[in-house]
Amino acid sequence: MTAALTAVLASATTDPWWNRLFDFSNYGELLVLVHGSLIAGALLGLVGGLVGVFVMQRDLAFAVHGVSELSFAGAAAALLIGADVVVGSVAGSLLAAVLIGLLGARARDRNSIIGVLMPFGLGLGVLFLALYPGRAANKFGLLTGQIVSVDTARVQTMAVITVVVVGGLLLLWRPLTFAGVDPEVATARGVPVRGLSIAFMVLLGLAVAMAVQIVGALLVLSLLITPAAAATRVTASPIWVPVLAVVFAEVSAVGGILLALGASVPISPYITTISFVIYVVARQVGNARNRRGWVRRPTTLPVAEGGILG
Amino acid sequence: MSVFELDHATLAFGDRVLWSGIDLQVQAGEFITVLGPNGSGKTTLLRVALGLLPLTSGSVRVLGHPPRRGSRALGYIPQQRIVDPATPVRARDLVRLGIDGDRWGPGRHSRQARIDELLEAVGASAYGDVPIGMLSGGEQQRVRVAQALASDPAILLCDEPLLSLDLRRQHEVTALIDATRRATGTAVIFVTHEINPVLPYTDRVVYLGPGGHAIGAPDDVLTSARLTALYDSPIEVVRAQGRVLIVGDDQHVHHTHDVHHPHHAHQENP
Repeated sequence: MTAALTAVLASATTDPWWNRLFDFSNYGELLVLVHGSLIAGALLGLVGGLVGVFVMQRDLAFAVHGVSELSFAGAAAALLIGADVVVGSVAGSLLAAVLIGLLGARARDRNSIIGVLMPFGLGLGVLFLALYPGRAANKFGLLTGQIVSVDTARVQTMAVITVVVVGGLLLLWRPLTFAGVDPEVATARGVPVRGLSIAFMVLLGLAVAMAVQIVGALLVLSLLITPAAAATRVTASPIWVPVLAVVFAEVSAVGGILLALGASVPISPYITTISFVIYVVARQVGNARNRRGWVRRPTTLPVAEGGILG
Repeated sequence: MSVFELDHATLAFGDRVLWSGIDLQVQAGEFITVLGPNGSGKTTLLRVALGLLPLTSGSVRVLGHPPRRGSRALGYIPQQRIVDPATPVRARDLVRLGIDGDRWGPGRHSRQARIDELLEAVGASAYGDVPIGMLSGGEQQRVRVAQALASDPAILLCDEPLLSLDLRRQHEVTALIDATRRATGTAVIFVTHEINPVLPYTDRVVYLGPGGHAIGAPDDVLTSARLTALYDSPIEVVRAQGRVLIVGDDQHVHHTHDVHHPHHAHQENP
């Protein structure tokens, strides 16, 4: 495995740059080598698409970015002290997610807290990486994504996280939606709005830690926001939004990895580009729908309303 | 049997007493309008009924029992608020949340028939599939009524549902709420700044003032003498063309001179 990769990398450096973007020679062999990454990508697509729906609902895009920087700091610290990078990444993002959940109940508070945490986390991460004596590729990968390999142990960890996050979201689905889109009435109906908000931040933290492993801290939004944002452009159905978000995230994550296979650059640009293109197309479709109107309505309303007032 | 009952109910935050010694029995199908200046504890009264806040002293009963959080005996209609048009929640989804949004899990049963029935009841069938952010304020409030009716409540708690609606929509929404209580027999406790849209339907007024409270028929409570006593300052109640205008100290009387909603001034000079 290492030999094949080294060969790819070595040949890559002498080719013109465009040859390094796509290379489908020896595709079959490479596919076997990176099946771990593909599984990881598929898991991430599922988690990213579902979590994204609630991130959109709760307007938490900025929080995702903030959590991912702390996750990066945690991963960098783990790298430095020789601990498991995934554990470090999970610890960092859970800490950030819970802090944001506890301190930032209101949107304005939340954004300023994220703005304070984010550069602090990034700065810590830079410090840990600067102190880390190992290979530069490992360092760079935490910020901008891995090149290919995800080993079996890491895939197992990601599978566990996936089960926890997806299971948690399914359990909380209805009250979480209620609290997110309609907090006043949800409170009146006895839904524990604040507790749900913190529970969701924990699930979000886990999802972010997972995404950092594949696309890197700086590009987490491409799988946790973009697919769900694209889905909400084309439909408002409570069933189709999550389904489409997951499909879009899967196409981006798995498709990106497949395209990147032979290339010698990180997989993240492929993933981010696919998810961006999907969003642009979805936006066009959504705009067309908005122009057309969502449903046909009777046009006799003004007359009827005039009658009521008399 | 009364559906809602306050017995010597007092609510205070530390030294600040919002209201004290309220005795009130609301009958099924009764329309109660709660009036009073900002900060007089109108919304707090609703929070007590919802079981979100305990009384400082006295007792409160909903259908003969102490209030319970998440009780399905209560329907809640909040004020209209701006929703981003891109929010992927349709009118029917909002109604569905009223049916089973408080239950765990993703929900296995389709509730289409019940949702259609509720939308039909409030005349919102035409826009059930439209995202709520794309509805007008009046349409949103119709959907809110359908949502609140989802649990077949014995009491509808309305918390300023007319705020930020124009005059015509205010009349439409109050007429709908009145028709609803006649059709279903639910009691209505209606907190508002706007007296006139609800006056034709109001059975009794609960007026929470800085100097105490008054409960009774609108004609008995909304008088210069009673309100002057409640405000500890001269208040004049003027009746013209079937409307009630309350004129007094602008700092205290908000329902005619609300700084946040300058368009309400039109009511005084139609």
